[in-house]
Amino acid sequence: MSDEQKTGLHSPLRRKLLMGMAALPAMSMLPRTSFAQAPATAAVNTTGLAVTDTEVTVGILHSVTGTMAISETGSVQAEKLAIEQINAMGGVLGRKIKFIQEDGASDWPTFAEKAKKLLVNDKVAAIMGCWTSASRKAVLPVMEQYNGMLYYPTFYEGLEQSKNVIYTGQEATQQILAGLDWVSKTKNGKSFYLIGSDYIWPRTSMKIARKHIEGKLGGKVSGEEYFPLGHTQFNSVINKIKLTKPDVIYAAVVGGSNVAFYKQLKAAGIDLSKQTMLTISVTEDEIDGIGGENIAGAYACMKYFQSLDNPNNKEFVAAFKKMWGEKTVIGDVTQAAYLGPWLWKMTVEKAGSFDIDKIAAASAGIEFTKAPEGYVKIHPNHHLWSKARVGQAQLDGQFKVVYETPELIEPDPFPKGYQ
Amino acid sequence: MFGDYSLGDLGAIFAMQGFAGLILFSVYVLMALGLAIIFGQMGVINMAHGEFMILGAYVTWMTSSFFQAYLPSLFSGYFFVAMILAFIASGSLGMLVEWGLIRFLYKRPLDTLLATWGLSLILQQAYRSIFGAREVGVELPQWMMGSKQVTDTIEVPINGIFVMCLTVIITIVVAWIMFKSRWGKQVRAVVQNRVMAGAVGINTEKVDRYTFALGCGIAGIAGSAFTMIGSTGPTSGQLYIVDTFLVVVFGGAASLFGTIASAFTISQAQSTMEFFMSGSMAKVLTLLTIVAILMIRPQGLFALKVRK
Repeated sequence: MSDEQKTGLHSPLRRKLLMGMAALPAMSMLPRTSFAQAPATAAVNTTGLAVTDTEVTVGILHSVTGTMAISETGSVQAEKLAIEQINAMGGVLGRKIKFIQEDGASDWPTFAEKAKKLLVNDKVAAIMGCWTSASRKAVLPVMEQYNGMLYYPTFYEGLEQSKNVIYTGQEATQQILAGLDWVSKTKNGKSFYLIGSDYIWPRTSMKIARKHIEGKLGGKVSGEEYFPLGHTQFNSVINKIKLTKPDVIYAAVVGGSNVAFYKQLKAAGIDLSKQTMLTISVTEDEIDGIGGENIAGAYACMKYFQSLDNPNNKEFVAAFKKMWGEKTVIGDVTQAAYLGPWLWKMTVEKAGSFDIDKIAAASAGIEFTKAPEGYVKIHPNHHLWSKARVGQAQLDGQFKVVYETPELIEPDPFPKGYQ
Repeated sequence: MFGDYSLGDLGAIFAMQGFAGLILFSVYVLMALGLAIIFGQMGVINMAHGEFMILGAYVTWMTSSFFQAYLPSLFSGYFFVAMILAFIASGSLGMLVEWGLIRFLYKRPLDTLLATWGLSLILQQAYRSIFGAREVGVELPQWMMGSKQVTDTIEVPINGIFVMCLTVIITIVVAWIMFKSRWGKQVRAVVQNRVMAGAVGINTEKVDRYTFALGCGIAGIAGSAFTMIGSTGPTSGQLYIVDTFLVVVFGGAASLFGTIASAFTISQAQSTMEFFMSGSMAKVLTLLTIVAILMIRPQGLFALKVRK
């Protein structure tokens, strides 16, 4: 769907909502913050952010072009949905959320430049954005220098913590270790073949995975390979996998490369219902491009799957499909992106202010009981408490949840012994 | 580096890597052939070549969806229909582009680079508007998936064989058109001396248009074939364009034979090195080698002998 169509879908909806609110003064009877009760701007915004008496501006910063567009499109959609819903409930501190969307174009310097533009020129109160660790690492110094607030939705390698970032996805221990423990126990995995795209997240993840496999699980790593982003020829590595016959293929190939990787695995006769494959980078979004028949049988370790069976999620999936079409799918990061605007709203209202420093301080302990993944809570280290789940890919492109950790896992971005 | 493998394993490695290299070779030839025709015969630098490929891929995707919805019983054969449609679609678009854009730039070959680069951006945005930013999944008929067991350790993917056969057929057809047919002779006459060719009654404008269309049409077939192994999205074409130019320039711009020889050299080197070092490293080494060779032989591996 094009951007024009997206805004096309948006504006009539928003206009209708605004008209509805004007026509129905009775709305203020509902437990909602109305404009009249909104606190004065001078009191909630002491640092010159883009907050007026009726509006607050946030930034959405993702790639809608380039190799990451396949993945980040869903995040943009989820963030817009959350903003729409929050506005329908009366906004944040009585102010409607307006967003400015920028395209990082799968290019890390562009991300940094756009982040600076959003903070310096547009004075946005928060930025929802980034996907790859490379883009986050590029944006991070900008966020810290100009004191912005980034809600970062992707599962990532950890080893980072910032006052200016809320990590709404899972860090390494909540995904990598939990997944490896599961596969080694239930699939009796002893030898692992590690394959990933060549940038910071897969490399760091594999480093952590290797330590865990060799140190805690007593297994061995039979091969480790990286390919440039966007690479489409995997025949050679597939030959190596065939020769080394690992118990588990452990994959962190990202973006469009996944399509080539799974198609070629299938073509080379590697049957994923017999060969155990655990991926930490394929969600429902990627399967859309890969095709269910090419990946059926593979396991993915995530914290969220579209097929999760709980009332929060059913409501979320229905709202998402209503806004973006019946055929859209929702992946792990899409859900984490949806959490961003909500967590920000709750934090702002707890702090009673849009000021970045106050939000950063108020973040710890924020709970979101209506999260589609179940229940989440922000840890003082600015990551979320969350569960890890393992799903098996089905022919229809959905995951069947085969395992979930019984308890919420405490986020630990700097795990001892893995650095 | 060899220590971990037995002699039998090593034999299998080289056989399988050789085959992987052959598949890569076929892919390179398919990518580069259309570009070599346009670049070599017309002197036009077509930066939108990747987007013509992706048009073929999208046509294949639409054809597969159509067959699934309306002709499920004929699904196993849809790929052949898709390839023909891809050729027609990309070829027609090529003809349109030649008529609307390229023909004004024949005297300014460097400007074709800018114009077609702009065209590629426009096409990418058009694909994004029409098909969406996400990649589409092209479903393959059952017989095209899986692999053939040759020995215990050697297995070859069926779609790889399919791409190889396709490459052989297209190369033979193109060679026949260029070197045997009447039209091919006209093309080569126009390339060698446009004024003289016009004087003896060849409609040079028409020759240009059809040459460009043929090159784009082959790109469309390549795109169709790549749906089997790669991804189909608005910007996927960009993934191929660098490799494609590499193959054409390394081979010597004007020579079809050079294109094939260079595709073979690059693919085998890449595939063999990939086995013994990481994928990224193999790519770097391949590029460095090509740069070194081009410094010694700037005209590429095979250059036409022309009087200057």
